[in-house]
Amino acid sequence: MTLLLIILLPFAGSLCAAFLPSNARNAEAWLAGLVALATTLLTASLYPQVADGGVVRASLPWAPELGLSFSLRLDGFAWLFAMLVVAMGTLVVVYARYYMSPADPVPRFFSFFLAFMGAMLGVVLSGNLIQMTMFWELTSLASFMLIAYWHHRVDARRGARMALTVTAAGGLSLLGGVLLLGHMVGSYDLDVVLDSGAVIRSHPWYPAVLALIAFGALTKSAQFPFHFWLPHAMAAPTPVSAYLHSATMVKAGVFLLARLWPVLSGTDAWFWIVGGAGLFSLVIGAYLAMFQEDMKGVLAYSTISHLGLITLLLGMNTQLALVAAVFHIVNHAAFKASLFMAAGIVDHETGTRNLKRLSGLYRAMPLTATLAFVAAASMAGVPLLNGFLSKEMFFSETVFLQRPDVQRIGLPLAATVAGMFSVGYSLRFIAEVFLGPKTTDLPRAPQEPTRWMLLPSALLVLMCLLIGVFPAQTVGPFLKTATTAILGADAPAYSLAVWHGFNLPVLMSFSALAGGILLYVLLWRYPAIRAPLLGRFDGKRAFDLAQTAIMSGSERALRALSSRRLQTQLLLVVGVAVGGALYPALTAGWSWGTRPILPPHPAFVLMWVIGAACAVTAAWQAKHHRFAALILSGGAGLATSLTFVWFSAPDLALTQLTVEVVTAVLILLGLRWLPRRDERFRLGERVPLSTRVRRGRDTLIATVAGLGLAGLAYAILTRPPTDGISPFFVERALSEGGGLNVVNVILVDFRGFDTFGEITVLGIVALTVYALLRRFRPAPESVALPRQQSEQDGADGGSEERLPDPAAPLPDGYLMLPAVIVRLLLPLATLVSLFFLLRGHNAPGGGFVGGLVLATAVILQYIVGGTVWVESRLRIHPQYWIATGLLAAGTAGAGAWLATEPFLSNLSWHGELPLLGEIHLSTVLLFDLGVYMLVVGATVLMLVALAHQSLRSHHRKAMLDRGGFV
Amino acid sequence: MEIILALAIGIMGGSGVYLLLRPRTFQVIIGLSLLAYAVNLFIFSMGRLNLGRAPVIVPSHGSNPAFYADPLPQALVLTAIVIGFATTALFLVVLLASRGLTGTDHVDGREPEQE
Repeated sequence: MTLLLIILLPFAGSLCAAFLPSNARNAEAWLAGLVALATTLLTASLYPQVADGGVVRASLPWAPELGLSFSLRLDGFAWLFAMLVVAMGTLVVVYARYYMSPADPVPRFFSFFLAFMGAMLGVVLSGNLIQMTMFWELTSLASFMLIAYWHHRVDARRGARMALTVTAAGGLSLLGGVLLLGHMVGSYDLDVVLDSGAVIRSHPWYPAVLALIAFGALTKSAQFPFHFWLPHAMAAPTPVSAYLHSATMVKAGVFLLARLWPVLSGTDAWFWIVGGAGLFSLVIGAYLAMFQEDMKGVLAYSTISHLGLITLLLGMNTQLALVAAVFHIVNHAAFKASLFMAAGIVDHETGTRNLKRLSGLYRAMPLTATLAFVAAASMAGVPLLNGFLSKEMFFSETVFLQRPDVQRIGLPLAATVAGMFSVGYSLRFIAEVFLGPKTTDLPRAPQEPTRWMLLPSALLVLMCLLIGVFPAQTVGPFLKTATTAILGADAPAYSLAVWHGFNLPVLMSFSALAGGILLYVLLWRYPAIRAPLLGRFDGKRAFDLAQTAIMSGSERALRALSSRRLQTQLLLVVGVAVGGALYPALTAGWSWGTRPILPPHPAFVLMWVIGAACAVTAAWQAKHHRFAALILSGGAGLATSLTFVWFSAPDLALTQLTVEVVTAVLILLGLRWLPRRDERFRLGERVPLSTRVRRGRDTLIATVAGLGLAGLAYAILTRPPTDGISPFFVERALSEGGGLNVVNVILVDFRGFDTFGEITVLGIVALTVYALLRRFRPAPESVALPRQQSEQDGADGGSEERLPDPAAPLPDGYLMLPAVIVRLLLPLATLVSLFFLLRGHNAPGGGFVGGLVLATAVILQYIVGGTVWVESRLRIHPQYWIATGLLAAGTAGAGAWLATEPFLSNLSWHGELPLLGEIHLSTVLLFDLGVYMLVVGATVLMLVALAHQSLRSHHRKAMLDRGGFV
Repeated sequence: MEIILALAIGIMGGSGVYLLLRPRTFQVIIGLSLLAYAVNLFIFSMGRLNLGRAPVIVPSHGSNPAFYADPLPQALVLTAIVIGFATTALFLVVLLASRGLTGTDHVDGREPEQE
C-alpha cells in the first residue's frame, strides 16, 4: 500500500499543480515540496523492511489476459535509488522556489517536475520490465517538456528535441530488448528474470538482448557515442539540470545496467560494450569539460565523464566494481547537484554563466563560494570528501582487474589521465569564477542569495563531508543493503575507510591531483588552446546531418513513390485493387459455380438495361452536363433500390430511396456554386491528343475493373452459400431481440454498438459540414444570381434583389401552388416518419428511414418557401436534435448498466396500464429514437447550411454593390 | 437473374471507376455514388439471390432460416448506404470550399497547363 502511495502521490500532485493559477509560485512550491517530502518520509519508513535483504511487493491486475500485472518491487538497491530520487527532489523544489522568476509560468514547471518524479520512481520500483519501460519513456517525455520549458528560446526547443530523439530511440530499443528477454525467460517479472541469469547468458539471443538494452541504457545515461544530447539539454532551467540531468534521470541508464547486472554481466561482450562505452565517456567527457566556457557546460561534460566512470565500473564484471559503481551513483548525485545549484545561483545573481566573464566572486558571495569549493573538491577526488572514496575504489579496481596485458596497464593509465582532467576542470571551474580579480562589467552586481536558496546546496555539501570523513558510519549500512540486494548473499567484503595505507591507488590519486594542477596552470598560461584534437568532433553536427539526410531522403522517396495529384493517386489505388484481385484469378484459376440460377425476368432485364444505360451515360456526360448526370445517376440508384425490393430487402429499398432524394437535393444545392461549363466545349474545340489518350487508358482500366467486378459477383452468385452467422440472427431475433424485423434487430440490438458509432460519425460529419460552410467563400463569378433565376424574376416583374416576404402567408408568383401543397405535406410526412420509426422493430422501417423522411419534408419547406420565410416561422435547431439523439441512444445503452447488464443490452417492460391497455416499452425503442433524431438533425443541418449560402451571398453582393466591406 | 445483376454491378462499377479517374470534382462525386451502388449491390448479393423469401419473421413460420432472406448483408448495406450519404455530403462541401478557395473545380486545386 505504501509502495502504491509512493508512486501515486507525485502524479496526483502533478495533476493538482497543473490547475493552480500561473502566478501561484508559493502555493506551487508548497504543494511540490510537501508531496516530495511526504514521498521521502514514506520511502524512508520502508527501510526496516528491506534492510535485511527483504523485498516489499505490491501488485494490481493490469492485463491479466496477457499475464501482465502492475507490480511494484522494492529491494535494498531500489530503496537507495528511490531515496536518491525523492530526497534530491525535495531539495531541488526548495531551490527552484527561489530560482524561478515570478514571470515564469510555474504551474507547468512543477507539474512536469512532479510527473517526472513519479515516472522516475516508477522506473526504480517497477517489478515488471514492460511497466518499467513505460515509466522509462515517461521520464524521457517529462525531460523533453522540462528542457523546453522556456519554449520561446530556440536552443531550448532544439535541445529538447534532440534529447527526446536520442533517449526515446533508446527507449524503443530497450522495449525490444525487454520483449526478447521476457520471451527467453517466459515472464516479464523482474524476480523471474533475475533468477534466470544462466539461461539468459547461454541463450543464442543474448548478444541481441545485450545490444538492445545497452543501447537504451547508454543513450539515457548520455554515454559515448550518444553523449551529445546532454550538453544541449542544459538549456533547461538549472533546477532541472541539477535534478534530471545530473542526479536522477541520466542515472536511469546505469540503474538499469546495475539492476540487470546479475543476469547480463560476466561475459566478454558485456565488458567490451558497457566497459568500452564507459571508458570512452570517462576520458572524452573529462577532456572536453576542461575547455567549456559555460559553467553548466563544464558540469554537463563532467556528468558524462562521471557517468562513464560508473558505466565502466559496471562493465568490469567484478563484484567489488559494482559496489564502487553504486557508491559513486550516490556520491556523484550529492556533489554534482550542489555544483549545479551553485552555477544556478551565480547565473541568478550575476546574469551570466560565462567563465571568461566571471571572476573574483568570492568576495561578493563567500557562502556560495565555500560550498562550491567543497563540492568541486569532492568532484576532483580530494581526500576526506566522498568523491575521493569512490574514485579510490575505482582506481584499485582498475589495478586489480584480471585481464590480458595491454588492458591491465592501459586501464589504470586511462583512469589516472581521466582523474587528471577531472582535477583540471574542477580547479578551473572554481578558479575562474570565484578567485582572481573582481570584475565590474557583469549584467548584475553579484550578492549573496537568500539563505533558503543556499540551504539545499549546503545540505548536500554537508553530506559530501560526512560521507567523506565517516563513510562506514553514514553511508555504510545503506550501501551494504543495496549491494546485497543486487549480488545476493555472496556479496564481497569491502572496507569503507578513508585510509587504506600507502598503495598504488593512492599513488594514482595523488599523481592525478598533481597532474591536474599542472594541466590547469598550462591552460591558464595558454588560454588560446581550444580542445585540441576533439574540438571539431561534435556529436550535434552528426546528429543534425543524420536528421537532414533522413528528412531529405524520405522526401525523395515520397516524390518517387507518390504524387501530389489526385488522379495519379486514384489510378494507383484502382490499379492495386484490380491487380490484387486479378493475381489470384490468374494464378489459381477461375471457374463458375454450379448453383442453379434463377431464370431472368423480362421486367428485371428491362429495368437494368435502363439502369446500366443511365450509369454509362452519367459517366459520359458528367463533365459538361452536370444536371443531366445527376438525374441519370439517380436513375441508376432507382434501379438499385428496386433490385432491393425484388430480392426481399424492403428496409434497404426504403433507405436507398430516401437517401437518393436527400443526396439529389444536396448536390443540386451544391451545383449552383460550381463554375459554368467550359465554353470551349460548346464551340466544338478539338480535344487534345494527350487527353484523348488518357481517356482511352481510363476507359480500358474501367472496363477491366467492371468486368472483374461482374465476373467476381457472378462467380460467387453461382456458388452455394456457406453457413455463416446469419442463421444465428434469424433464429434469435424474436426470442432474444424481441423484434420481427431481423435487419432492424441487428442494427439496434445485436450490433447496436456499431450503429452507435455510425450515428456518431454522421453527427460529426454534419457538424464538419456546418463548420466548413461557415467560412465558405464562393468563387467571385458564382456570386451573381443564376441566369434562370434572374430571368424568372424579370418575367415576374420583380427586381433582382427581391427577397421573399416573411410576413406573407404565401409566396407570390409561380411558387404559390407548390407552397400550399408542401405545407400540407409537412404534418403528413411527420406522421409517416413516426410510423416508420415506431413499427421499425417488427416491420420494414426504423430510425434511419423515418429520420430521412422527416428531413426531406423539412427541406421541402426550405426549397419552396425560401429560407427566410421558413426560419421566420419555424426555428429548427438541428444541433440540438443531433445532441438529443446521441444522448438518447447513449442513455438507452447506459440504461443496461442499471440492471448490471453490458452496455446496450436490451431491457424491456411489458405490461398493462389503465386506459392505455397492454403496452410494451423497450430501451431499443429509445435507441432507435436516438437514431431517428440524429438523422433528422444531421441531414437538416447539412442541407440548411448549404441552403444558407445563397442567402449569405445575397447579403454579400448587396454590400458589395453599396461599396461596403464584407 | 444472376448474370443480369452481375452485369449491372460490373457496368455501374466500371462507370464509377472511370469517373473516379477524371479531373473534375463533380465527375468524381458522381463516380463515387455510382461505385457505391455497385459495391452495395455486390455486398447485398453475398447472401445469394432468392425470390419470395420473407424479409420479416412470420411467427407462424417459426424461425427456420431457410424461409427468410439473409439479414446480415442487408444490415451491412443499410449501414453502408447511410455512411455513403455522409461521405458524399462531406465531399461535396470540401469540393465547394476548394472551388471557392482556388477558383477551379480541378481535383488538384489548380488548372493543368493543358487539359
